[in-house]
Amino acid sequence: MHTRRNFIKISSLGLGAAAVIGGSVKWAVGAAPSQKLSGGLKSTPVWKKVSTYCEVCFWKCAGWAYVSEEGNIQKIIGNDNDPQCNGRLCPRGTGGVGMYSDPDRLKTPLMRVTINGEQTYREASWEEALDFIAKKMKEIAEKHGPESMALFNHGSSGKYFTQLLNAFGSNNVTAPSFAQCRGPRDTGFDLTFGESVSSPEVTDIRDTRCLVLIGSHIGENMHNGQVQEMSEAIDNGATIITVDPRLSTAASKSKYWLPIKPSTDIALLLSWIHVLIYDDLYNKDYVAKYGEGFNELKEHVRNFTPEWAYGITTLKPELIRHTAREMANAAPATLIHPGRHTSWYGDDVQRSRAIAILNGLLGSWGNRGGIFFKEGIKVPDFPHPEYPKPQWSWQDTLNGRYPLAKESITNTIIEASIPGEGNEHQIKGWIVSGTNLVVSVPLKEQLMKAMQSLDLLVVVDTMPMEITGFADVVLPECTYLERYDDLRATAHREPTLVLRMPAVEPLYETKPAWWIAKQIGERLGLGAYFNYTDFKEVIDWQLKQLGLTLDEMERIGVKRYARKTPAYIEPGADHQFKTASGKIQFNSMELQKAGFDSMPVYTPHAQPEDGFYRLIYGRAPMHTFSRTANNRNLVALMPENAVWVNPQVAELWGLKKDQHVWLKNQQGVVSNFSVKVRVTERIRWDSVYIVHGFGHKYKPLTYAFGRGVNDTELISNVMIDPIMGGTGMRGNFVTFIKDEPKKEAKL
Amino acid sequence: MKEELFASGRNIPNIDPYLNIWHWQIPGYLFLGGLAAGILFFASFFTIMGKQHKMEATVRKAPMIVPFALVIGLFMLFLDLKHKLYFWQLYTTVRYQSPMSWGAWVLMAITPLSILWAASYVRELFPRWDWKYDILKTFEKWIIANRILLAWPLAILSVILGIYTGILLSAFNARPLWNTSILGPLFLVSGMSTGAAVIMLMSKDHKERKIIGRIDILLIIVELFFIIHLLMGFLAGSEAQINAANLFLGGRFTAPFFAFVVILGLIFPAVLETLELRGFKVPIIVPAVLILLGGLIFRFLMVEAGQITRYLY
Amino acid sequence: MRYAMAIDTRKCVGCSDCVVACQTENNVPLGFCRDWVVEVVDGTYPNVSIELRSERCNHCANSPCVRCCPTGASHFEDGGIVLVEHDKCIGCGACIQACPYDARYSHPDGYVDKCTFCIHRVREGKNPACVSVCPTKCMSFGDLDDPNSKIVNVLKNRKFKSLAPEAGTKPQIFYLI
Ligand SMILES: Nc1nc2c(c(=O)[nH]1)N[C@H]1C(S)=C(S)[C@@H](COP(=O)(O)OP(=O)(O)OC[C@H]3O[C@@H](n4cnc5c(=O)[nH]c(N)nc54)[C@H](O)[C@@H]3O)O[C@H]1N2
Ligand SMILES: Nc1nc2c(c(=O)[nH]1)N[C@H]1C(S)=C(S)[C@@H](COP(=O)(O)OP(=O)(O)OC[C@H]3O[C@@H](n4cnc5c(=O)[nH]c(N)nc54)[C@H](O)[C@@H]3O)O[C@H]1N2
Ligand code: SF4
Ligand code: SF4
Ligand code: SF4
Ligand code: SF4
Ligand code: SF4
Ligand SMILES: [Mo]
Repeated sequence: MHTRRNFIKISSLGLGAAAVIGGSVKWAVGAAPSQKLSGGLKSTPVWKKVSTYCEVCFWKCAGWAYVSEEGNIQKIIGNDNDPQCNGRLCPRGTGGVGMYSDPDRLKTPLMRVTINGEQTYREASWEEALDFIAKKMKEIAEKHGPESMALFNHGSSGKYFTQLLNAFGSNNVTAPSFAQCRGPRDTGFDLTFGESVSSPEVTDIRDTRCLVLIGSHIGENMHNGQVQEMSEAIDNGATIITVDPRLSTAASKSKYWLPIKPSTDIALLLSWIHVLIYDDLYNKDYVAKYGEGFNELKEHVRNFTPEWAYGITTLKPELIRHTAREMANAAPATLIHPGRHTSWYGDDVQRSRAIAILNGLLGSWGNRGGIFFKEGIKVPDFPHPEYPKPQWSWQDTLNGRYPLAKESITNTIIEASIPGEGNEHQIKGWIVSGTNLVVSVPLKEQLMKAMQSLDLLVVVDTMPMEITGFADVVLPECTYLERYDDLRATAHREPTLVLRMPAVEPLYETKPAWWIAKQIGERLGLGAYFNYTDFKEVIDWQLKQLGLTLDEMERIGVKRYARKTPAYIEPGADHQFKTASGKIQFNSMELQKAGFDSMPVYTPHAQPEDGFYRLIYGRAPMHTFSRTANNRNLVALMPENAVWVNPQVAELWGLKKDQHVWLKNQQGVVSNFSVKVRVTERIRWDSVYIVHGFGHKYKPLTYAFGRGVNDTELISNVMIDPIMGGTGMRGNFVTFIKDEPKKEAKL
Repeated sequence: MKEELFASGRNIPNIDPYLNIWHWQIPGYLFLGGLAAGILFFASFFTIMGKQHKMEATVRKAPMIVPFALVIGLFMLFLDLKHKLYFWQLYTTVRYQSPMSWGAWVLMAITPLSILWAASYVRELFPRWDWKYDILKTFEKWIIANRILLAWPLAILSVILGIYTGILLSAFNARPLWNTSILGPLFLVSGMSTGAAVIMLMSKDHKERKIIGRIDILLIIVELFFIIHLLMGFLAGSEAQINAANLFLGGRFTAPFFAFVVILGLIFPAVLETLELRGFKVPIIVPAVLILLGGLIFRFLMVEAGQITRYLY
Repeated sequence: MRYAMAIDTRKCVGCSDCVVACQTENNVPLGFCRDWVVEVVDGTYPNVSIELRSERCNHCANSPCVRCCPTGASHFEDGGIVLVEHDKCIGCGACIQACPYDARYSHPDGYVDKCTFCIHRVREGKNPACVSVCPTKCMSFGDLDDPNSKIVNVLKNRKFKSLAPEAGTKPQIFYLI
């Protein structure tokens, strides 16, 4: 295959930039306190503390980077005053220094060139690279309109490129955190309560008396606040009920573990609803006062008895009844956790709806121990001219599908980038910043086709990830430890403000995203939208508006405010939900109007054929997707993933612990690399489990290359949720190949 | 099924998946130490018994190689150290609970004595040797006159050294295979047997060979008895010790242990020696070399296998 | 004074934050570690249990590593903390052989290294790095001789065990079960 845009292995150009720059990182954190002289142990040296918030995942814990006199980042420690982390970062945050010191980092801008018919990258100056991008963007705007530029983003850098595109005249801005992640949940809760549970979630795990986890594997899913609060809940004697086909860490800490047959959760949820209603266990006052459509719901679940669910879920009826009673006993301090990554089986909005309905029946929303109301600080926008109004936007790429999507969908933007008949909203250029689409969006063929058809593909990243190999221009961003970023002002239990400032100067020729966006903006004549020379001025200005100073924030890092509004519904108050009618929607008219079931229905999903096992995936506490796969501090903890196999299955196949196998899915897709077998009782015999984020086939990732398998490449059956476009990824089945399969040319 | 794993990929070089801190240097050191102890013991013993003139090779020839064995052994120990420049720290303190410290000090004492011993016989073996300095000549004279004064401490120190080579291992309770008090006597006996083998190799005197041969057969019998005792003791012990014994009884060390140590290193040479005593013509080099090889391999296996065995918890 | 640690296996999630925190606090070279996490899975699906244990040097009260050290490099500090004095250590490996927990490693610089109970922090009145970072707060560190300390309280109220007690080393790390 000879394509316009060949995948370039950055390795082929040797990345000699390190030598040019000379800025080298001292690996393994500098000189620790000497333990040489036991008698006269030196005390901890006095290091400079610089305020930051973590960017290793999107919980954004506030912390301090400790910098030695020589300018080495020694360690990163949580800020005691941050209610999101309480002074304790998670392993990824503690190991965040590995993002900075990674020797494989992108070092200079790279531009795609063809030498002797062979596509490769050459190092370029910022001037060149930025000029090129601006020229291309102008061409696209002239030919197709500015709307034909799209942004894929995830994380802090997204904001600046969003501003750039908005100023340019496009709002085709999207992120995998909706359709590949929390979209179904947010839609389901929004349809029921009129708002979603946000990020960080407004779940009152700390004060709950009964926590129900439906596949949410807190403890492996290391979202810090949730892990800390679950631990507190354990201390407080809360009952934990975990529904998971795998003995997750959370399941092992639970009073009840419901080892459900995968893909049957809706049946369980419906039978719980049945028990709550027909055994008269639900919160009657609350439902009467705040609910709407209860009678329809009651009628709807009439036949969804635990006995019915037993046949589907393999969970004993007594267990279902008993756990429903536990939930009711603790209500309203019961939290049926909404989960986060919820794009599983394509009917995920409905599953999330069932979870929302359960919370509604128990009265959790707006009650202590359930779901609280968030409050945050409104940071004023830095003044800029009005954004122009685009002629069309991402909604138009839906072409009438996914009517209830409240956020843009990566998949439809990707689709809109493939030229074809009837594609009236053609996208021609992408900026991709902070997302490794190749590993996070499962629609491989679509993605490849789209990327081949673009006129411009700019990738802004800190690392030479898979996605960078497709770019025309690769722009190296500096890491979160080397830059100013927007103030963190996320709303949660109490309003907080957090400052991120550079702990050290950017290494190599890397630059912060705000600078990159501004530079492109200026070249496009949009300088007025970036009316500052340093982002520090923006923060300074914003803090002044809030009656604060940068000096003070540098000293404290975190500013906490007292709440002004109640965190829970005041007893007897007449609370208005944010739905159209102001009530909790047990029966959703909105769904009905859009032509969907107004209440969740269980539909059976395909089950694995003989010799195949359902591929389920999740998190390991010491890694974040693929972004940490090359972080040596974290690789030291977990260098690769393993495929979890039940001992019975292992025996059937003659698989031994640590043996290497290749995985092949139901459509014949074979994993690129082999993976170690972990024989464990923690997984069902009809499923196998792997941790997402491994199996990198991009050589410049020296540490991550070839370690483990990548679940995404085995996810070729994607079940799209018709309600909001989420990509259900758990309908894939794999079998084992014990001898190395012959390789065709890959990628 | 029970599964135990490191949740955070611990993989420390030479510690995981099993301990491999001591390599060839330590068994080599133990072998040379045991051999030197054996020779010195026989030399001093026959001197004390007043038989030095009948035991030419035992008392005169074999001890010539002892200082070399000790110094090379000590050098091997030095090679094993990972923080070599701090070697001298061994001699700044006496740690009576530490076998390493014991070894360092015993060697410190026995090596110069063995040098004196050997030196005092140099001119008998090499008549043309000249000590050059008068003071050395006077000193030599004094030693020759008071050999018995040297023999007593040497006899005692050589037994300590021999036992020490076993205790160095058995002090480590953490390694179930070494966790037995029998290793001291076992290594002592085995060391003496290797010493005897060297003497037999060097001796031209049939009578002397016969005496040493008899002693050696006895040593081998005792050694076999200790080995059986060792394995039986383990089999009656904790799970960790049973696992340890199983390394030699059906595990990965069984073949080399029985083939090279028990059969070729002990039983076969004992049979050959017995035949020789009965008047059959046996080239002495065969049993002697087999004993030496067996003793060396035994130490390698014990050190290697011991590091593999571990506590279960 | 007798420093000890209590670790709640019921709350530990095996995240290994304690391991990275030790790494960055103490400059432990990559590829080595002073602490690590063990997972023990027992039973048959679906009746399965997991024990998660963050392990490190037990600072044994009867410590074979101190006993067998020929130079005195391995020694006790105040509060029973077992420490290696780098400039006295000859790297003979005896202490590594002596430790039933494989808690020591040979540092690339030659000396033997292991958990110090973060004595540099403890002397400043802080918790060890691993304890202070643990997101589940499942570790407590303190003085067993101080009846008011949290650790004494925890050990009074919970069942606990130590590792390989039959080795006779009197470990000072207790696992709440
Ligand atoms: N350490 C770490 N933590 C993270 C992240 C990370 O990368 N690393 N990423 C963060 C992000 S963005 C997200 S969205 C969250 C995701 O974290 P969660 O929302 O908690 O996780 P999921 O991926 O939905 O669920 C994974 C779990 O679902 C189980 N499962 C699989 N199939 C089924 C099924 O059919 N039914 C049920 N009931 N369970 C099933 C799996 O066994 C596994 O335990 O994690 C966040 N936290
Ligand atoms: N198969 C499968 N697919 C999944 C999931 C799954 O569990 N399995 N999970 C889904 C979920 S829940 C989510 S949220 C998405 C997440 O999907 P992504 O957001 O694509 O996930 P990451 O792997 O974190 O990719 C982040 C990219 O950002 C780069 N990066 C890191 N720091 C910076 C920075 O400071 N600046 C810039 N410019 N770039 C940076 C990294 O190098 C990496 O290339 O994936 C989804 N896709
Ligand atoms: S949860 Fe962990 S990785 Fe995520 S922001 Fe907090 S410390 Fe960083
Ligand atoms: S940091 Fe705490 S929860 Fe995490 S592994 Fe260590 S002890 Fe367990
Ligand atoms: S755990 Fe090992 S290193 Fe630590 S004191 Fe005990 S024996 Fe010594
Ligand atoms: S390696 Fe160092 S600390 Fe350990 S026993 Fe030898 S000298 Fe002592
Ligand atoms: S106490 Fe300190 S040295 Fe010991 S494991 Fe914890 S962090 Fe590491
Ligand atoms: Mo996500």
